[in-house]
Amino acid sequence: MIFATEEILETIRMIQVDHLDIRTVTLGVDLLDCRRDRVEDTVKYSKEKLLKATEGFLSTVKKVELEYGIPIVNKRVAITPVSLLLSSLKLEDYIYFAKELDRLALDIDLDFIGGYTVFLEYEVSNTDRLFLKSIPTVLNETERLCASIVTATTRAGINLDAIKETAYIILETAKLKNRPIVCAKLIVLSNPPTDNPFMAGAFHGIKRGERVINVGISGPGAVRSAIERLPKNADIISVVEEIKRISFKITRAGEFIGKEIARRLGIDSVSVDISLAPTPQEGDSVARIIERIGVESFGAPGTTGLLFLLNDALKKGGLMASSFVGGLSGTFIPVSEDKGIAEAVSKGALTLEKLEALTNVCSVGLDMIPIPGDISPYTLMGIILDEMAIGVMHNKTTAVRILPVPGGKAGDWVEFGSLLGGAPIIKVNETSCVDLFERGGRIPPPISGYRN
Amino acid sequence: MKRAIITVTGIDHTGIVAGISSVLADFGVNILDITQTIMGDIFVMALLVDITGLEDITGLVEKLLEEGDRLKVKVSFEREEIFRAMHRI
Repeated sequence: MIFATEEILETIRMIQVDHLDIRTVTLGVDLLDCRRDRVEDTVKYSKEKLLKATEGFLSTVKKVELEYGIPIVNKRVAITPVSLLLSSLKLEDYIYFAKELDRLALDIDLDFIGGYTVFLEYEVSNTDRLFLKSIPTVLNETERLCASIVTATTRAGINLDAIKETAYIILETAKLKNRPIVCAKLIVLSNPPTDNPFMAGAFHGIKRGERVINVGISGPGAVRSAIERLPKNADIISVVEEIKRISFKITRAGEFIGKEIARRLGIDSVSVDISLAPTPQEGDSVARIIERIGVESFGAPGTTGLLFLLNDALKKGGLMASSFVGGLSGTFIPVSEDKGIAEAVSKGALTLEKLEALTNVCSVGLDMIPIPGDISPYTLMGIILDEMAIGVMHNKTTAVRILPVPGGKAGDWVEFGSLLGGAPIIKVNETSCVDLFERGGRIPPPISGYRN
Repeated sequence: MKRAIITVTGIDHTGIVAGISSVLADFGVNILDITQTIMGDIFVMALLVDITGLEDITGLVEKLLEEGDRLKVKVSFEREEIFRAMHRI
């Protein structure tokens, strides 16, 4: 046999027992050439182009999934940021475009469409303000469209005014129909990658090409089970080496599947995101990996150090495996989507402040965290600002995807269902930061932002 | 040549090899190599097969999974390249 039985079985086990899968194949589509003077025309040409660009996409993904035996969980599309396609002074125009995109996603059965995106790191223009204002209605009246708001970059610094408006938009989005889960489709970003396959932050960057395939692989279960097979007293280098080894293999699988889908669709460009994205399934948890390496609970002292180890080893193995690593490529710590992380919050081992500290050493940021619905808007601004500062200072992506629960109090359990999981509402430090945001303006970029 | 690896795992009993290979024969798929071991109570068989020219891969996979259900074993089908990508530098 050309492969050893162990090699064959290792692959089968990774898929069948450890839930290794391709989390998402996201087709990026450039819509810049669909801009027209009249909004109706922009919408019409965008839809026409999207229909053509996605022809055969789903059936090809399905076929590849079957032939290669690796589950592909989500099929998504990322488009050129809508705020660049439309600059209208009428609120209805944005809502109209959004609904048409959502209908198209439903019609062709995409899981999500990303790119309801606006860039506010320098300033908030009049049209940007309208775009922002559309978000609560758009997200509450569509199902599959995802929105993202960029409020900071290492080059621009941090726009406090943008953060201020964004905080009100998040609260309004949760409150409008009393559905906090709608905020899972809304993310605030610093330094966003332009080839991110993951929602809610996926959009198709300028000059990324007509069509690209962005693959998001995932295998927290595979990493956990590899570490579980190590002797309990194995030294730390053995742990690092094991993570690198597994990361190499799952990245190779992802790159191969991405290239195969791209080849069949006649697309040249493939980018592989080597993120570890947990799911609420038992064992498919980032927290369990960290706990297995050596802390009693995720969130215990030592967690930041171990998350750094995991994130770094993951990247090293993945970068060896593929020359086209992109997107977010790191470890996700979404509270509700990871049973172990949600549990850590429940038992008081993990706080919002520790989660913020953890985002220094992983991608992406404060993710899928239920907070009390009566949070002061200013406190929410402060939370966003701190997260943006970490991204800007470290020249990396950070994000805030937070779910205000109307009527909810710290400690109440909120269940979102299926892949989104559930978590307790986290306790928020409400000490005031009002004066800061009354100053407004933009915090200048750090010294590393002037690198040239 | 297009090749695939079919893996069969489950509790050992008579008729597993016969059941799987008759499905392959029905689709005109040639077995190039076969290896089987018993790990504890678990029967493990891997077949390397030639699928060059096979048009209906979907049909074959569906039939194999059906046969696996009938034999109460777990059958997986993977094109060979995925193993090469994961296990060879």
